[in-house]
Amino acid sequence: MQHLGFSHTKLKIGSFDFTCCEGCQLQLANHESSLPAFLELLDIRNFREISSERHDDYDIALVEGSITRQDEVERLETIRKNAKVLVAYGSCACFGGVNSLKNNFPLDQAVREVYGDKSVDTLPVRKISDVVKVDYSIPGCPVSKEEVERIIVSIATGSIISLPKYPVCVECKQRLNTCLFDLGEICLGPITRAGCDAVCTSGKTPCLGCRGPADDINFPSFKQLVSDLKLSRDELDEKLGFYNCFEEFRHDKS
Amino acid sequence: MTKVNCSIDVHHLTRVEGHGDIRISIKEGKLIDATWAVVETPRFFEVMVKGMSAQRVPFLTSRICGICSISHALASIRSLERAMEITPPDAAEKIRLLAMHGETLQSHALHLFFLAIPDFVNTPSVLPLIKSHPEIVQAGLRLKEAGNAISALTTGRLTHPVSLVVGGVSKAPEKKDLLALKHQLEGVLPDLEKTDAFCKTLTIPDFTRETEFVSLYNGITYPFIGGDLLSTDGIRQNENEYLTMTNEYLEEYTTSKLTKLSRESFAAGALARFNNNYAFLHPRAKEAAETFGLRPVNHNPFMNNIAQLVECHHIVHDAISMIEKLLDDPLDQLKTQWTPKAGAATGAVEAPRGILYHHMEVDESGKVVKGDCIIPTTQNNANIHLDLSALALQALEEGKNDKEIQLLCEMAVRSYDPCISCSVH
Repeated sequence: MQHLGFSHTKLKIGSFDFTCCEGCQLQLANHESSLPAFLELLDIRNFREISSERHDDYDIALVEGSITRQDEVERLETIRKNAKVLVAYGSCACFGGVNSLKNNFPLDQAVREVYGDKSVDTLPVRKISDVVKVDYSIPGCPVSKEEVERIIVSIATGSIISLPKYPVCVECKQRLNTCLFDLGEICLGPITRAGCDAVCTSGKTPCLGCRGPADDINFPSFKQLVSDLKLSRDELDEKLGFYNCFEEFRHDKS
Repeated sequence: MTKVNCSIDVHHLTRVEGHGDIRISIKEGKLIDATWAVVETPRFFEVMVKGMSAQRVPFLTSRICGICSISHALASIRSLERAMEITPPDAAEKIRLLAMHGETLQSHALHLFFLAIPDFVNTPSVLPLIKSHPEIVQAGLRLKEAGNAISALTTGRLTHPVSLVVGGVSKAPEKKDLLALKHQLEGVLPDLEKTDAFCKTLTIPDFTRETEFVSLYNGITYPFIGGDLLSTDGIRQNENEYLTMTNEYLEEYTTSKLTKLSRESFAAGALARFNNNYAFLHPRAKEAAETFGLRPVNHNPFMNNIAQLVECHHIVHDAISMIEKLLDDPLDQLKTQWTPKAGAATGAVEAPRGILYHHMEVDESGKVVKGDCIIPTTQNNANIHLDLSALALQALEEGKNDKEIQLLCEMAVRSYDPCISCSVH
């Protein structure tokens, strides 16, 4: 393939899914009009969801989902060995995601409730970096395809890879939305990392923090805001616990 | 003729959502075993919803599935609204139905072009087709894009809807965007014709195993949200009686549950909807079905692919007329204000892969006490399992070799468009 007269080596890529809804992989097949051009950049070596050809010589492994069973640990370790760069993408891979809500219940009780007496293997939910080294993380539930494309291109070209440091509030203001706190809602936009273009709050739905904490957030001040507005602390806790990415703040009882 | 000996062991079948295995053992021409085993890790959504506030639940349950998140959100919303006796405004109902159309079109296009068609043209994926059949790939991508455009405009995002909420919708689409969407949908009508023409060149395997088909039925329209539960064997039930239509049970070899009704197995999905609701299809969709020789009641599972294509015709035409109605609607009543109330009810919707049930029980503070989700693929598992035996036997009689038998079995499973992580949830 030629670009501006230079030849370009296609990135050998693999995409792998663990415990999740596979919605992040699906984003890779979106933006249909530019999809053939995006695929031109890639040499897809292993992507079970779309191809029956499977090879182990990929340089970049995109890993989606969280780890909840021993066979997943082994499969993930093999992928780590095969790949030069491992990218965890999606909130399940980066934080454990909604799957982590399971960890609020005793495991044997959860199994009994769903499967009765049948024995079913399941472990407490772990994020990818709890099991293997992760080189880059792309959070989001689901991820934004633009961000995944940008980061894959950055890996290919050796450019600096970064996520926005500022919170969703910044993007929400840029979209001229009415603040959801003014409508009496608890919104995690002031403390959550931007990069989603404030998609939820622009749909008049409070942010549940799927991208995790922004850099240097002022959590005491945020909590004070919720309390000054006489909003429910229980509701705040439910929201902070939704994607398992505010654990250090959630249990701060100050 | 030498007798076939083969042991087919497909670990983590490709081109399906989630993780499932096919195992077939044939000794000296005799079928010893044919198994469809789901090996997906369970996530325990029914446990996770316990104690959660009703308004948060659709945002959690939509995460059951990355492909049919709108269906899951709406099944939860419907069960919670019925449990707490909340009536959403008419405009919200219209927007929700349009959202279902978007999801179904996107999902069917993804399945037909990315997952199913490669088998019929003997390629490992859609990727080689970008060069060999650019016209048809572009048509498929435009159809998928149109489905996604509907979802984005009606729910705020392609996957995991943001504006579908208990009580209604949190935001209405802008009229100018609705008009642009209508033009986009009119623009893909020729793509449906191209897809019809292309699919007519494919050989659909000739295989029939008589079974029962279950879908929603309302007697007025082709069903997507709520209604009675109907089977081709003549059983009709109220939505809240979903347990008598599913009879879930467990087997050792699979992490997904299985279901049955009048027979050992039944099927849900596009073909089930078609078989029960043919009369309510758009005339153009009926014409398309006729050209493929698809008439109710059809028992060939491979024809589920064609039933999906027929539904794409219906959806595009119906979505265009629904947008025309929304353009005349002031869209000022979007959400009913509600207060929590104790109750329990079922919400049934037709997800792209078939009838989906959520049943929620809430307490007087609006927190979920008990949740139950029965997934279309769960309902199809026993049917897939039994199809594999019958199909392998037929293929043996036709003198097919192990590679051909494996391909046929993989194609049969893919025809159901299984959503495996969904089925285990």
